[in-house]
Amino acid sequence: MRYLDEYRDSGIAHALAARIRARVTRPWTLMEICGGQTHTILRYGLPELLPQQIELVHGPGCPVCVAPLEIVDRAIEIAARPGVIFVSYGDMLRVPGSRSDLLRVKAAGGDIRIAYSPLEAVRIASENPARLVVFFGIGFETTAPANAMAVWQAKQHDLRNFSMLVSHVLVPPAMRLILGSPTNRVQGFIAPGHVCTVMGFEEYEVLAAEFQVPIVVGGFEPVDLLEAIAMLVDQLEDGRAELENQYSRSVSRGGNQPAQQLMHEVFEITDRQWRGIGAIPASGYRLREEYAAFDAERVFATEEIQVEEPPECIAALVMQGLKKPVDCPAFGTRCLPERPLGASMVSSEGACAAYYAYRRHAAPEVAR
Amino acid sequence: MCLAVPGKILEATDLGISRIAKVEFGGVTRQVNLDFVPEAQTGDYVLVHVGFAISRIEEEEARRTFEALRELENGIPPEE
Repeated sequence: MRYLDEYRDSGIAHALAARIRARVTRPWTLMEICGGQTHTILRYGLPELLPQQIELVHGPGCPVCVAPLEIVDRAIEIAARPGVIFVSYGDMLRVPGSRSDLLRVKAAGGDIRIAYSPLEAVRIASENPARLVVFFGIGFETTAPANAMAVWQAKQHDLRNFSMLVSHVLVPPAMRLILGSPTNRVQGFIAPGHVCTVMGFEEYEVLAAEFQVPIVVGGFEPVDLLEAIAMLVDQLEDGRAELENQYSRSVSRGGNQPAQQLMHEVFEITDRQWRGIGAIPASGYRLREEYAAFDAERVFATEEIQVEEPPECIAALVMQGLKKPVDCPAFGTRCLPERPLGASMVSSEGACAAYYAYRRHAAPEVAR
Repeated sequence: MCLAVPGKILEATDLGISRIAKVEFGGVTRQVNLDFVPEAQTGDYVLVHVGFAISRIEEEEARRTFEALRELENGIPPEE
């Protein structure tokens, strides 16, 4: 497929790896933010192609992983109610809440449907006027325009039986948290290419200047990621700290304006709880007051839920680049993709799940 | 979750409230909403995420940056 196959070219990948080897003079720790990029890095074995001075650590960019237990419990409670049709992206169904998960609710007779697009939930609502249709609106900035469009269309069509359970999070506040931590180890970032496709990269220029850290907007194929790493290594070796754009075939400085306009029409910034990390101020979206009638948290009065994470889970440290999944004593034993203890084993894009899929038989990292 | 796949617009239709298109992904065709890419036309490649095109791929920019990668592979130093 065009724009995919050529960015998986082995000759170019090896040429980029050679360029990185020729340039690097000392150890550098780099973080990719997005779980999709983590997945590519491990699937294609990029750490093995890179010189040992380059350490890749894996960021919190997996919306399924960081959706807090409280919102998962709320989804489960709403989905189990009679008369409700609960519609979700497939990845959320397996995610364990504190006592159950959506798949078990479905098995017990709950009407839970998997959708590829939020507009399918709008269609289901218009076809089932006697039922309450709830869409589980999770995601980062990439997904926010689509979810905003679903709510906006529901309002245009006066679909009173449609609502959205919103759990939207934003990348820059999480990067700010990592960069501001006294224990931060990350010296360069690969910024998430699809988030920046929507949002542009001005917020990342601010971060690069404020924290004097190089940031390269990167794509999702192995050649994209190796080129982004090469650009970061060039900056670090030159002593520069700038924003550069590797993914220029999709990302512009200002991003997608029509998408941003609709997001701002429907959503407003709010504090959000991140699973495994905790509360981050101004780190997500909620529906604006004008769209309150479509806010599932208001339509369905649910009890305030307080839950504790399993104490053994080190996901918070993994997602801040302080630990690797294999450093966890529960990894691959008490914590498995089928029975995850915490955030980053939950979704296939989480760092722990990606290590489990591709690296659980690899030699220990220290021996590299 | 932030996965977005490039596909080619085969046919675009204006439905009034929305503009939609048939988009081809390696032989598979799906319906895609074009409301966030008003500039995209038949024959363009778009990146599609949860049923929405979120960008029109800049073909000229892609060609230029990819040529630089091919030159790197062939040992030609890139022009600065």
